[in-house]
Amino acid sequence: MNRLEGNIRRRWSNRLMLVICGCAAAVTIAFLALILGYTIINGVSYFNLDFITQAAKPVGEPGGGMREDIFGTFILVGIASVIALPVGLMAGIFLAEFAGPKAASAIRFAADILTGVPSIIVGVFAYAILVRPMQSYSALSAGVALAIIMIPVVARTAEESLRLVPNSQREAALALGISRWRITLGVIVPGAVTGIVTGIMLAVARIAGETAPLIFTALGSAFGVQGLTEPIGALPLQIYRYALSPYSDWQKQAWAAAFLLVILVLGINIVVRLVSYRKKQ
Amino acid sequence: MARPRVGDRIFSSLTLFFALLIVLILGGLLVVLNIDAWPAIQKFGIAFLTSIEWDPVREEFGALPAVYGTLLSSLIGLIIAVPISLASAIFLSELAPEWISRPVSFLIEMLAAIPSVIIGLWGLFVMVPFIRDPIEKWLGSNLGFLPFFQGPPFGVGFLSAGIILAIMIIPIITAISRDVMSAVPATQREAMLALGATHWEMITGAVLPYCRSGLVGAVILGLGRALGETMAVTMVIGNSYKLTLSLFSPGSTIASKVASEFSEASGDLYIGSLITLALVLFGITLVVNIIARLLVWRSVSVKGTGE
Repeated sequence: MNRLEGNIRRRWSNRLMLVICGCAAAVTIAFLALILGYTIINGVSYFNLDFITQAAKPVGEPGGGMREDIFGTFILVGIASVIALPVGLMAGIFLAEFAGPKAASAIRFAADILTGVPSIIVGVFAYAILVRPMQSYSALSAGVALAIIMIPVVARTAEESLRLVPNSQREAALALGISRWRITLGVIVPGAVTGIVTGIMLAVARIAGETAPLIFTALGSAFGVQGLTEPIGALPLQIYRYALSPYSDWQKQAWAAAFLLVILVLGINIVVRLVSYRKKQ
Repeated sequence: MARPRVGDRIFSSLTLFFALLIVLILGGLLVVLNIDAWPAIQKFGIAFLTSIEWDPVREEFGALPAVYGTLLSSLIGLIIAVPISLASAIFLSELAPEWISRPVSFLIEMLAAIPSVIIGLWGLFVMVPFIRDPIEKWLGSNLGFLPFFQGPPFGVGFLSAGIILAIMIIPIITAISRDVMSAVPATQREAMLALGATHWEMITGAVLPYCRSGLVGAVILGLGRALGETMAVTMVIGNSYKLTLSLFSPGSTIASKVASEFSEASGDLYIGSLITLALVLFGITLVVNIIARLLVWRSVSVKGTGE
């Protein structure tokens, strides 16, 4: 009798715990739904054509938009990509193709640690090496900060996709007497291009939403985009500024900007995942 | 063997150069931050860590409230996030059929991809009012005998920061824990089931003990992220600088202090103090991340990226 009761208790505690685990997953999804839901509802209701085609207007004047900040975000992502893509790709090629096991694990370790450095600290670093010597906040310094965040991500994903290229391809090309650098650039990199591009796009999505490293490098600009050595605005930076401002007009614009940024960032994520999922099948 | 070709040598040295650049950036970070922090380190010494002053006018600076706020908000975040994440990971890895676990994993990754400033915006305008009333009011009137739940309910403060951090680290801890659990060999599960264990007993008796160090690593990795998280926390923590047990009180973290004051700071000592704060944060996250990496690497190396 006792044993039977024990078994019933075991069965019920089994069911209870499994249900709790399911609920936990549901809670996680609920957070996503809440954040996305509010961003989309508020964002759409304050979003209009002016928002992307007009420059900002002073407080109190109705209308105005974030044209310059949207432009600024694209420029910053561009600068960061120009710096980070060659560095990240070459480092990835080194890790996958040329490094001995010890060198590889040391550099991999450094890359992983660099990924874990809080982005605000990267911003302080860019301030110290660029803003201070140049005596000016600048698009360039912000681009460099974003590049530092991007490099280890690109390097690690490139390495992982290069490793997936079967060795038989390397051997076949070597047997033809082709030199290794040509094999790498002509056979192996093209073979891994889907994975590499996936990694790059995810890295772009991540830095497009980065705010902390921009506060004291890009600073924001009331005069629009002026040049690489001048302060520049950016979409996430403007969300931060406008959200903390006391003006309800600006707070509404912050929601509209958040809506645009979410579309951009999640859009990239969704497209990339769908494409790489298709490819796998 | 033919002699190595010149082209190969140039190319492989070039890739080595760019790879070393990563190490160089990491080293550069340490060196540059130390140099720029020097005026403050020289003036305050180790007392910087124990002082609670932050007075730009008299140029007195101390880190203790910021360090305290960083640890406290991350701790609250962990307390909320760890059970939810581990249970979600169990659900994804052990319970759900693939047609459920795949889209749910996808959605959790989407949560991780939302920029921190947007989570902060949501936190400030949607979550904080809800935390103030009913949550803090309820806690205050029912558990107000505890020092943590005393004081007026502001909404912005340590509690809100902790909850926001929990939301941000749940996807990280969940994703890594799921991978770590999936790497447990099926034979372990089958052996436990063959002994007559229920599904839940199999999970607690075979799966979790087998991958314990990987799970600890996942949690510590989440902690590393929470400690350095900046934007969302800055927007909901209220930016006051004090030591208090009350979770309702506004406070600061290292990252929020640096984010909210750096661009207005002037003078070597003020800037140096903020950079010293950043250096302290760098040190803490470095240690935390190294520990986490070692733990996770060891337990996923079966299928992972390593050798």
